[in-house]
Amino acid sequence: MAYIIEHGLAPKITVENLNFYYGDKHVLKNISFKIPENKITALIGPSGCGKTTLLRCFNRMHDLYPGNRYEGKIILDGENILEPKYDLIKLRTRVGMVFQKPTAFPMSIFDNVAYGLRLKGIKNKSELEDRVEKALKDAALWDEVKDRLNAPASGLSGGQQQRLCIARAIAVEPEVLLFDEPTSALDPISTAKIEELVVSFRGKLTIVIVTHNMQQAARVSDFTAFMYLGELIEFNKTEEMFIKPKEKLTEDYLTGRFG
Amino acid sequence: MDAFKRRKLANAVVLLLSTAAALFGIMWLFWILGVLLYKGFSTLSLEVFLGNPPSPGDNTGGLKHAIVGQTLIVLTATIIGVPLGILAGTYLSEYGKNSKLANFIRDMSDVMMSVPSIVVGTFIYAILVKPVGHFMGFAGALSLAVMMIPIILRTTDDMLRMVPPELREAAYALGATKFKVIKDVVYRSAITGILTGVILAVARIGGETAPLLFTSFNNNFFTLDMTQPMASLTVTMYDYAMSPYEYWQKLAWAAAIILTFGVLGANILGRIMTQWKFKK
Amino acid sequence: MKNSKLLDWTFEKVSFASALLLLIVLFALFVVLYKESSLSIHTFGIWKFITSKVWNPPLEKFGGAPAIFGTIVSTIISIFIAVPVAIGIAIFLTEVAPPFLKTPVGVAIELLAAIPSIIYGMWGLFYFAPFMRDKLQPVIHATLGKLPVIGEWFSGYTPGIGLLTASIVLSIMILPFTAAISRDSFNMVPDILKESAYALGATKWDVMKDVVIPYAKMGVIGGIILSLGRALGETMAVTFVMGNQPVIPQSLLEPATSITVTLANEFTEADTDLYLSSLFYLALILFALSFVVIVIGKFLFLKKVER
Repeated sequence: MAYIIEHGLAPKITVENLNFYYGDKHVLKNISFKIPENKITALIGPSGCGKTTLLRCFNRMHDLYPGNRYEGKIILDGENILEPKYDLIKLRTRVGMVFQKPTAFPMSIFDNVAYGLRLKGIKNKSELEDRVEKALKDAALWDEVKDRLNAPASGLSGGQQQRLCIARAIAVEPEVLLFDEPTSALDPISTAKIEELVVSFRGKLTIVIVTHNMQQAARVSDFTAFMYLGELIEFNKTEEMFIKPKEKLTEDYLTGRFG
Repeated sequence: MDAFKRRKLANAVVLLLSTAAALFGIMWLFWILGVLLYKGFSTLSLEVFLGNPPSPGDNTGGLKHAIVGQTLIVLTATIIGVPLGILAGTYLSEYGKNSKLANFIRDMSDVMMSVPSIVVGTFIYAILVKPVGHFMGFAGALSLAVMMIPIILRTTDDMLRMVPPELREAAYALGATKFKVIKDVVYRSAITGILTGVILAVARIGGETAPLLFTSFNNNFFTLDMTQPMASLTVTMYDYAMSPYEYWQKLAWAAAIILTFGVLGANILGRIMTQWKFKK
Repeated sequence: MKNSKLLDWTFEKVSFASALLLLIVLFALFVVLYKESSLSIHTFGIWKFITSKVWNPPLEKFGGAPAIFGTIVSTIISIFIAVPVAIGIAIFLTEVAPPFLKTPVGVAIELLAAIPSIIYGMWGLFYFAPFMRDKLQPVIHATLGKLPVIGEWFSGYTPGIGLLTASIVLSIMILPFTAAISRDSFNMVPDILKESAYALGATKWDVMKDVVIPYAKMGVIGGIILSLGRALGETMAVTFVMGNQPVIPQSLLEPATSITVTLANEFTEADTDLYLSSLFYLALILFALSFVVIVIGKFLFLKKVER
């Protein structure tokens, strides 16, 4: 009882029979689908459906806390990232993440963006400056902060901080970028700017975005996965899903009958 | 990839160091606790609880005088300190609220909580012991009460402010006066919290020695008279531990374990009550 | 009706008076200590009392320098020992410890903070002082004692009772307090902030040093200052092992005194007005010192954390 499209595009992440348990709770139930490379994939569904949990499997954020168990496979470029020996630190430099709320570190704007680069071992000052500038330009923040790169990041507005976090994430040139409801704490104007940014990454890196806002999914994504009670109900091209959902549950959700 | 290895190495080193620090710190604390348990339990007997104070060089005798003295002093301190602390906390939460004066009193009570306890002892000596001319159990109780008031004040203030305003409004809507609202609604909903604060405060002051040294002083005889010098477990421990008699030193360890169990027991009780309150 | 209004009025006034009482007591503390020490203040002055090294009751010569020196030095040494260990414990408790250890170790640390300080003092006298004499002292002589310039501070043979012993006992006494307060500051760092550093490929130590410690810095510093205030005013943990010698020692291993030790040992023996007044003077200095420390810790650092 689920419709999963075989899109035929090159998959960046292949999820195979993924089950996830949090303590005794079975949170993700037998999920399988292929996230296409360099496209934008949205995860939608009512709150508690497991969309954020699924997202956090892709960079194994769950491993920070005790009591988790994965079953099945998540294959990134041919390697199963759920292997116990898989190096999480390397994984996370390849799979970046932007969170629900802006998470500027207690340091300057420049150092925030340079943080991931320094972790990678880049010390050369001019290289750091170049890459910070490029990241800030790509995140459409450069013009607003170029005169105060050494000011603390906490002085920026919420929307600016969120774009700073995006700049920080893309500075290390990840292959995959995860967004966990990146606009839920922002006003409409800031939201529009973030959405523009997300769209601008299309074709350059693989994006997975969790959103509770159906219109947002429709506006920005190429593919959409609809989840309900820990199961993947439908995975399809966004336009097809929003025009003609294949599953009754999807239709009910999209038409606002629940959630 | 060199940077990865270096960072991972640094990580491993620091994690190891922090574990070592934890072990190092905990080792001392276990040493102290171990000594206390070993020395304390090996000396505990019925004689210790019921025996009359020992004479110098004696090999018999107990701590009845100190246990009773300690209880009386702490009880009196509680009787003085608790109502004053609760009333003051009530003023801050229900009347003063966020006024400048109320906030100033809050800050000053934090300061008072950290005043060295021996300084409180000298203060009570100056205002009570010196004018009267002799040490007395009541003076000891008073210095403990002075230390207790700010603790009770702060917990009461915090607990009362956690009572939702709707509850008060509902009572006012029925035509209750402010005193009635506080007495029947606010206190009743915050009672567990206030009680927890009282127990934790008793645990905190119950182990104090310094403020008793020159207020209640010590008395090597059993007495119930608060106007006379009075023995306490803590001061008795100090005197006995410093004495040359082996049996007295043994009694000091017995007093140590009684006191520690009393204080920790009260502390654990308070914690359980806090847990219980917030689980509800 | 009239009765209930009267009751209302009375309750408000009584509770107000109770709150005011706290301010009155704090103010009275200052005034009374000042009044009691005024004889000594007039006799010796302020600067002379603080700098005079002679404390000789039979000759009625009272200088506060040895006690003030002992208080400040033992406090500083104990902070230097306790803080790194306490922060190590806090890191252990927040990031390193497996979950099944976190709660029991955390609770144990908090309970240890509740153990009466006199227990630490007794342990120090009967167990740590002999250990210091037999085991640590030779090691200290062989290592720190060999250093140029400061080697002298670690010389001399003693029965294990002295400034360094007292400082170590003091550091163990404040350790649980400092560890608990640092852990609480670390725990105030939002998970999401730590996660976003992990999401960039940071290790636990990277997250600690780049995110958690900078974020919690004010709280930790405030906590250290409050620990300093505790160490300053601590009496029973040091009284047993300081040695009660009213001198400024050449070596940290030698017996010394501190304000609290002097008060605990001599207050009830003071037989002249000037003697007693000088003791009150010391109490006043201790009160002022700890007052300043608390105000700095509480209002300069911890207030900023709360907001």
